[in-house]
Amino acid sequence: MAGPDRVALKHGAGGRAMRALIEDVFLPLGGPVDGVGLSAMDDGAALRVGDQWLVVTTDSHVVQPIFFPGGDIGRISVCGTVNDLAMMGATEPLGLTCAVVIEEGFPREALERIRDSMKRACEEAGVTIVTGDTKVMGKGEVDGIVLNTAGFALARRIVRDDGLRPGDRIIVTGTVGDHGMAVMTRRRDLQIEGDLRSDVAPLNGLVRAALQAGGEAVVAMKDPTRGGLASVLHEFAQKAKVGVVLDGPSVPVTHEVQAAAEMLGIDPLVVANEGKAVLGVRPEAVDRVLAALRAHPQGRRAAVVGTAVAERPGNVILDTGLGRRLLAESDGEPLPRIC
Amino acid sequence: MALQVEAQELKFRDPARARELAQALEREVKAIGRSPVNVMHVCGSHEQAIARFGLRAAFPRDLSVIMGPGCPVCVTDTPEVDEAVALAAMGARVCTYGDMLKLPGAQKSLGDAQADGGKVEVVYSVSQAVEVAKRHPLEQVVFFASGFETTAVATAAVLLAGVPDNFSVLSSHKYVPAAMEVVSAMPETHIEGYIAAGHAAIITGWEIFVPFARKTGAPVVVAGFEPLDVLAALVKLVELIKERRPEVANMYPRCVTREGNQPAQEKLWKVFQTTTGDWRGIARVPSGNLDLRPEWAHVDARKRFRIDTSLVGGKVENELAKQCLCGDIMSGLKNPHDCKLFGKECRPDSPVGACMVSSEGACRIWHQYGGIPDLREVG
Repeated sequence: MAGPDRVALKHGAGGRAMRALIEDVFLPLGGPVDGVGLSAMDDGAALRVGDQWLVVTTDSHVVQPIFFPGGDIGRISVCGTVNDLAMMGATEPLGLTCAVVIEEGFPREALERIRDSMKRACEEAGVTIVTGDTKVMGKGEVDGIVLNTAGFALARRIVRDDGLRPGDRIIVTGTVGDHGMAVMTRRRDLQIEGDLRSDVAPLNGLVRAALQAGGEAVVAMKDPTRGGLASVLHEFAQKAKVGVVLDGPSVPVTHEVQAAAEMLGIDPLVVANEGKAVLGVRPEAVDRVLAALRAHPQGRRAAVVGTAVAERPGNVILDTGLGRRLLAESDGEPLPRIC
Repeated sequence: MALQVEAQELKFRDPARARELAQALEREVKAIGRSPVNVMHVCGSHEQAIARFGLRAAFPRDLSVIMGPGCPVCVTDTPEVDEAVALAAMGARVCTYGDMLKLPGAQKSLGDAQADGGKVEVVYSVSQAVEVAKRHPLEQVVFFASGFETTAVATAAVLLAGVPDNFSVLSSHKYVPAAMEVVSAMPETHIEGYIAAGHAAIITGWEIFVPFARKTGAPVVVAGFEPLDVLAALVKLVELIKERRPEVANMYPRCVTREGNQPAQEKLWKVFQTTTGDWRGIARVPSGNLDLRPEWAHVDARKRFRIDTSLVGGKVENELAKQCLCGDIMSGLKNPHDCKLFGKECRPDSPVGACMVSSEGACRIWHQYGGIPDLREVG
């Protein structure tokens, strides 16, 4: 068992423990930059280049199982990086890099399936892989395959994740929990009737539509991957020093995810998504942004789910429809590693 | 495992009905005209429903809904854990439910015993423990049995059906009605009415609480575990308190009958008898433990083995543990928030006290659902 001086699995689960580890260990690596640097702990960096921003992001991908309903590790590696760029407001990626670490004995056929899947995701996002790196490690030295992708893009305006003020509304672009539940039920071999599939998808087109409709009134964006919607709302609340009231019944959740969540005793609000975005929007632009999202095929189930308030800064309050409580930030306990 | 997905909302979670019940509760509490009105539930699953759905924020300010000794893991006493740890140290293969692994003994938990190389296995049912015994015919397999009436019936049924020679039971089963008597007798609690656990009442029937209500003057309402079940039961309980009627009401009639599940009761009392024992952090509870009857000595680990707890005994002075309020929390005198350790030194991944260990423990539940139950003032 990992003691306090050892890294534990919970330190990778996207919640409070992970943030503390990054702050303690890695933040000293950063320094002052003209733009958004490491210390902002945002989805990526934004460096000034003339009158534009160069947005850069990087992500490593491990997932078990490697192939799951609705996607695979290759699709995640492309979408995750495209989405991190998009969450900074950079919806026109210039290119991606791809570094692969493969375990000795990994089937070549699986590798080619992963490559094909990456290619299709790149086509959907309108981007290509422009450079890469390949390493092979001995049996047992790495778990199957690890992919690292980085992405870069130019943007005129960047969107950060600390822009909320009281009165702003929170929008999610679709149902939550699909990816995490698809992976978890697959891993535990639970058969849920209905179609439980990962939502993994590139979001740059959807986000472009929202930004065109909302412009400067879109003041915060983040994709709810590890730690789910709960983690994103905590980050929004803590960085902007506001409270966030989440209206539980209005959060879109499919019946399949709801059923699996009840069965496993896991809250869909802390479950990972790979094809959804959370937006903070000034109240006057909410209807415009919502209409633009719903007109896009990926945003048909977009919904307003919450409001920023002045009370209880840094906290997320869940209105369950029957009462209210604080929404606990994921500690990484109930969730196996899923992305 | 296949699951039929329901297309409509669960009717027990209807917000409009919840609002009506919350308003009725407000009216009934106001009509009593004093503050606070103290009621207690004795079940971790009720606390789960209350905390998960944020119901405390919908309760009237003058109503205090306290969680009593409602978690079997929390009330399993230190010497009982020591017996299980000692059995593992003596070479037995100890099977038990998951939460029991982290429960601290005087020096070690079963989880520690496992880390030391002891044979400890988590099972999801007593039948699974019997399967373990069949798989390891050359070993002694001991089921460290915890839980209230409901799980005790399962243990009894398995013993009555016959078990392999190498299987025995270390019982830390507890009997809830007995603990309610003890808590009601504590002068500092001032509990005016009780919500009784629906699943236990499925076995015992609701009539079992009638003598308790008469003796203590406090009404008892049997409740289910959906949020509307809890709200409806509270409305009924406060109404009975207002009318000074120390009666028993069954607000879970879809599952609970007056006389309960009699074949299950027969099984329970064929195998178990009540004895006096300590409940962790609370008190010595007359008739609070369920021990195996003498005729079951051959499967009673306490009778079958000379359990030498000196192997694991010796109290360790733990500075943090001295500050833990679990005992007061389980007696309904304090709530998790009153504890200085809550959410700081004491967290689910590093529990100091028993209430933070089990998913049915008050501290663990509050922590899981955000920690602060009263959010009436926001928004």
